[in-house]
Amino acid sequence: MQSNPAQAKSLYPKPSGQSRKLKDRLVIILFLLPALVIFLLFVIYPIFRSVYYSTFDWKGLGAATHNIGLENYRKILVDAVFQKSVVNVIIIIVLSLVLQLPAAIILSTMVSRDLPGRAMFRTIFFLPYVISEVNAAIMWMLLYSPEPERGFINGVLVALGGSPVNWLADMKIVLFAVFIVLTWKYFGFHMLLYLTGLQNIPSEIEEAARMDGANSFQNFWYITLPLLSGTIRTSVQMSVLGSIQQFILVWVMTKGGPVNASEVMATYMYRFGFVRFQFGYGSAVAIIMFLICVIFSLLYRQLTNKPDYLTGL
Amino acid sequence: MTKKLLALISVVIIATLLLAACGTPATQAPAATEAPAATAAATEAPAATEAAAEPVVITWWHITTKDPGLTEFQKMADDYMAAHPNVKIEITVLENEAFKTKLTTVMQSGEVPDIFQSWGQGGMIEQVNAGLLKDITADLKGEWGDSLGALDAFAVDGKNYGVPWDMGAVTFWYNKDLFAKAGITTVPTTWSEFLADCETLKKAGITPISVGEGDKWPGMHIWAYLVSRIGGAEAFSAAAATGAARTGSFNDEAFVKAGYELKKLVDGGYFQEGFLGATHDQMNATFGNGEAAMELGGQWSPSVEKANSADGVGVKNMGMFNFPAVEGGAGKVTDIVGGGNGFAIGKNAPPEAIDFVKYLTNLDNQKIVASTGMGIPVAKGAAASIADPNMVMVADAVANSTYYQLYFDQVLPSAMGSIINDAVQKIFAGTATPEEVCAEIEAGFLAQ
Repeated sequence: MQSNPAQAKSLYPKPSGQSRKLKDRLVIILFLLPALVIFLLFVIYPIFRSVYYSTFDWKGLGAATHNIGLENYRKILVDAVFQKSVVNVIIIIVLSLVLQLPAAIILSTMVSRDLPGRAMFRTIFFLPYVISEVNAAIMWMLLYSPEPERGFINGVLVALGGSPVNWLADMKIVLFAVFIVLTWKYFGFHMLLYLTGLQNIPSEIEEAARMDGANSFQNFWYITLPLLSGTIRTSVQMSVLGSIQQFILVWVMTKGGPVNASEVMATYMYRFGFVRFQFGYGSAVAIIMFLICVIFSLLYRQLTNKPDYLTGL
Repeated sequence: MTKKLLALISVVIIATLLLAACGTPATQAPAATEAPAATAAATEAPAATEAAAEPVVITWWHITTKDPGLTEFQKMADDYMAAHPNVKIEITVLENEAFKTKLTTVMQSGEVPDIFQSWGQGGMIEQVNAGLLKDITADLKGEWGDSLGALDAFAVDGKNYGVPWDMGAVTFWYNKDLFAKAGITTVPTTWSEFLADCETLKKAGITPISVGEGDKWPGMHIWAYLVSRIGGAEAFSAAAATGAARTGSFNDEAFVKAGYELKKLVDGGYFQEGFLGATHDQMNATFGNGEAAMELGGQWSPSVEKANSADGVGVKNMGMFNFPAVEGGAGKVTDIVGGGNGFAIGKNAPPEAIDFVKYLTNLDNQKIVASTGMGIPVAKGAAASIADPNMVMVADAVANSTYYQLYFDQVLPSAMGSIINDAVQKIFAGTATPEEVCAEIEAGFLAQ
């Protein structure tokens, strides 16, 4: 990309060319400005504010005056409840990668084919993602209701001769009950990502493979999957970051309970920040979450720095 | 590469300049926003022939999201505005949790609403210490102050920063039909009678108690009541005090013993299926649908169980009894744990705001609170207007109380409510012993 200044001069001898280039630059800068200002003001500045507050013992009333250095961070890292929330987040991430994403890939390959009614299936699969999170959570609370007369799932279980399960009240089950809702809610989004990825794969490649005698499975395994690698990379990253930041569904359905059994980092942060009003402590949790996300993103980019087959990016 | 870097740097520089530019006029901004309001008022002025008083805007935040309160509060404000054309009352209705969050956020900036929901005591003390409330002691002197009860809950160090408009009590509500079905003829007055009744109900195939431990606070009240029954008024006030006045702790016997008595209910299997995950609404659905015989709740319980019941009618034959006395405990069966709602006055409140609160809590409006079932009125002489027989029972329990214990979480610093709720939930879940739970509460208190 770098150009020799001498060459540049010979390429653009007229001053008018130079000024037009400058004008273009100015236009770009001007167009970027509004977004940049908003970004700095509402994203970057609050992060620094949080870093500042995270060193205080501060209840949110009046000015923060009691600076305690890194004490908040120390307390968080040794807190068994925070450790539990990290473990829960890791469980959710692993389950998502193992169950949610493969399901999304399989479904997206299915609805991208010329199946009858595929438009309808696409819509159905994508529907949960469109529903607001609070609505979805309340709907699932009703479905999970422990009483078979009111909770659909337990109703079905009892009708089939089983006994009702306390989905959200049993400390051993609650995290998985929550995970089912997360999967239901977000696999449609990943499916959409894969659908876009699939559309970018030229059908000629698949046709050529078929001419060479590849069956459907071989086609999927040796052609579709490798060509989807770029999309998979994005999908994994979004899934992991989404899991780390998951809040609304968990908070509405269980508030992280019973007794922290479904606690995730975001509910832990909310509890201390906005329920107990320990804003310094809450800010420190937010910073830890932020660092985890940043470190993950950087490492992930580094580790998966292989160019995409199709775009070379 | 270097060109890109240069471009980036220039963008950042321009952005910084722009931000700085944004910063300077900020101080002048309020004047600019006030101007249109003034002109708007000026255009309205000719309507009134006499020179109208300065226009005043009063901000009022309340959490009465449901009728009748929602409509009645709006009506009271409308009536006041009709009588005082210069006053504009801006009402913001917020759900309880959202209110707490939003209030704390605006308080950081010192932008306190003129009138807002308050439960008094603990949370109010913190707001007073941060200099966010207005001292209205002088306004209350005389007629206004004399007309209201329970003012102390909204006073800090002898100075009043708000007034109550509703004072209720937490009691047991029970389904008379289910009691009769189990063959129970009298309501329990002692803890051992209560436990025996639970066993009888359970044997008759009826869930004795409905509790919403997913929301934590409904179950916490059982523990709080047990503490006050076992340790009397003394135990809690000794543990909740600070400094030299603190003669007790949350590790004291009353607190630990309360945990063990609560454990008897859990171990006995007296709560409904899935109580650990049930919300307050779900708990009331169970009770309202006649699937559980009792629930512990405040003056709000009859309306909440009704709203959450499948048929919208709720328990047809409902009764109420005080939390039973624990044998050998210092507390009486007539001691009440409860609390209420009040209006706190923000530091920037204009005199009109105080006058409006005076209007809100006058006898006529307190009678409306009573007759519509919004709450238990605090103005003297208003209780007679209570129409709902359930509310009459609560008002009687308050009127006949030998001691009035404010909710634990209202007396203590604001974070303590969540700490106690989280700790007590462990007794319900069986994941910690009562001693461990008390130690956790004590540690939380010491950290405040």
